[in-house]
Amino acid sequence: MAATRLFLRASPVKCSLTGLTGGVHSSLGLTLLKLSPACTAKPQAQRRHAAHFTYHPEPAPSQYGPTQKMNLFQSVTSALDNTLAGDPTAVIFGEDVAFGGVFRCTVGLRDKYGKDRVFNTPLCEQGIVGFGIGAAAAGATAIAEIQFADYIYPAFDQIVNEAAKYRYRSGNMFDCGKLTIRSPWGCVGHGSIYHSQCPEAFFTHCPGIKIVVPRGPVQAKGLLLSCIADQNPCIFFEPKILYRAAVEQVPTEAYQIPLSQAEVLQEGSDLTLVAWGTQVHVLKEVAAMAQEKLGVSCELIDLRTILPWDTETVCKSVVKTGRLLISHEAPVTGGFAAEISSTVQTYESTWIFKFPPQPHKKVTARESKYLSLYFALF
Amino acid sequence: YVSTYADFTPQATFDIKKCDLHKLEEGPPLQAVLTREEGLQYYRTMQTIRRMELKADQLYKQKIIRGFCHLYDGQEACAVGIETGINLSDHLITAYRAHGYTLTRGGTVREIMAELTGRRGGIAKGKGGSMHMYTKHFYGGNGIVGAQVPLGAGVALACKYLGNNEICVCLYGDGAANQGQIFETYNMASLWKLPCIFICENNKYGMGTSVERAAASTDYYKRGDFIPGLRLDGMDVLCVREATKFAAEHCRSGKGPILMELQTYRYHGHSMSDPGVSYRTREEIQEVRSKSDPISMLKDRMLSNNMASVEELKEIDVEVRKEIEDAAQFATTDPEPPLDDLCNHIFYNDPPMEVRGTNPWTKLKSVS
Repeated sequence: MAATRLFLRASPVKCSLTGLTGGVHSSLGLTLLKLSPACTAKPQAQRRHAAHFTYHPEPAPSQYGPTQKMNLFQSVTSALDNTLAGDPTAVIFGEDVAFGGVFRCTVGLRDKYGKDRVFNTPLCEQGIVGFGIGAAAAGATAIAEIQFADYIYPAFDQIVNEAAKYRYRSGNMFDCGKLTIRSPWGCVGHGSIYHSQCPEAFFTHCPGIKIVVPRGPVQAKGLLLSCIADQNPCIFFEPKILYRAAVEQVPTEAYQIPLSQAEVLQEGSDLTLVAWGTQVHVLKEVAAMAQEKLGVSCELIDLRTILPWDTETVCKSVVKTGRLLISHEAPVTGGFAAEISSTVQTYESTWIFKFPPQPHKKVTARESKYLSLYFALF
Repeated sequence: YVSTYADFTPQATFDIKKCDLHKLEEGPPLQAVLTREEGLQYYRTMQTIRRMELKADQLYKQKIIRGFCHLYDGQEACAVGIETGINLSDHLITAYRAHGYTLTRGGTVREIMAELTGRRGGIAKGKGGSMHMYTKHFYGGNGIVGAQVPLGAGVALACKYLGNNEICVCLYGDGAANQGQIFETYNMASLWKLPCIFICENNKYGMGTSVERAAASTDYYKRGDFIPGLRLDGMDVLCVREATKFAAEHCRSGKGPILMELQTYRYHGHSMSDPGVSYRTREEIQEVRSKSDPISMLKDRMLSNNMASVEELKEIDVEVRKEIEDAAQFATTDPEPPLDDLCNHIFYNDPPMEVRGTNPWTKLKSVS
């Protein structure tokens, strides 16, 4: 159910704009239609599918010390372990975190660090975040877990009205920078409407918080540790489909990956692809297919931090390639791709970006609710 | 068998446990009258729910039902007892453990099972699944815990406003009882004297967390504070019935909301992905099954008072089993909803609107 926005730059060469952009657009678009398995519009219902992408582990980083094979939830546990070991004020709380969490992200931590540092909360998201804001404001490194991103909405007021604005409205006298909220995020194949949502777009409309989405275990640990260290309230969304599917060699020591820096995973010259979380892996396959079947060289960017996002990397890339395709799991209208495309358009550069004159063609999400069976058509 | 109905006791009076009361002078009666017909009907309905849930368990393990599935076996007395205490024209809303209520509120087993398997014969046309089942005057089937309670209060307001003497029963669990919006609802319902029965189905575990570890006060019937409350044995269908009748009378007489806590138990885990034994012992489950099973309790009562024969009840079992088998057969063979249905009912729109498909060149129609 990926939403994708596709933009083309008007060619500086003197030709009929309509013809050229139309031609390029439709041939690129149509061929994308044929090739991408996720985009087939078969009318008959599909039975169960395997995941809609294959996870390819990245090479182990060498600069952070010894590594160990970990999947995504284990890398999160490792990050939390490092935090609790190094920071005596760190506490982890949320629904069911004590026994290890419904996704095993906090296994063993309570036994190791004690029940006053890793504890369960009752079923009350608004309470969890409000409580976390208070704990952070009082000086504890508070790591709150919201069991599924779909349940974060009762806490929306606390995040947007309280956490995000605390530093500003108190004139820097108080802040809840030590708060990090972690939450499983994104499609998983059988989650349907309440276990698959990607609510990052709702929060990007709010200055004062940071939003981060990793694409794999090495990234997750580094980014999570950065979020925890960051002096602003952060929301860390963990793609739940990758919890077990993504396995890599992850450094055992603590390390940080800088926030607000997008990563160019693959250089290219014809098209810039932007994604975050699980969709990065889908676009990796798209890029490979485009290269093989069309000879199109794609530049793939993992945004990593959604808010504040790395405008420079993306815009520089689009200046180079002239075409931008952003893909995310959330619905198109009001999705973060809209913000990225709008910013890229207004980017000051010597190139002028123009919409293709025909009606906007998008490789988009269905705006409908999730149907558990049709999830396979992802 | 040759039935000689003259041999059976037409009705009997049973002693039922006293309810714990909060801010109430009197509680429901301590005795309940059960007629033979009622007894057989309750037995049949509870047995249908039990077998339906066990069948759903089986189908889930065969991967014919997928996604989420929260089973209700063990708690049948709650659904059946509540329904017999209210009318079909009253309203009811609950959280996700809704299969039992869908049945008592007028759904058929076929529709329910087809909804679980996601077929077009399902009660929500195959688009809702386990957690989203609805019938007339039954508002589901809600995935987000606690969110259904303010909704129920709203329905109660409509009842009061329209003056139709109907009430709304809002159910939630022991886990959800700690959600903020429930307390907001208590306040509104009490302030405006809404005809709302709040019912907390306390099955002792919120997913895997026992009530002692989640709630500062496990007296859920007192948590309404200014709302009068009852606590009763949710495994005894007669107890639940009498209490519901009492509560319904309270609401209909304009006294405002009332809270009931049903102490019950679920045999399965929280959902099909939860084995249910990592946070409680098998012995505990066995003990409840042997000592407090709602169906056994009713059966024993009826048999010991000669209100039915063993053969008669066995025959009901056989009929129920057949009904479930037929329904399962239907649910497995019914076709899935057509792709045309996929985007329907997003908005209410007079002319059909177009919705993008999975790529920009497929448009799907959305009709309402």
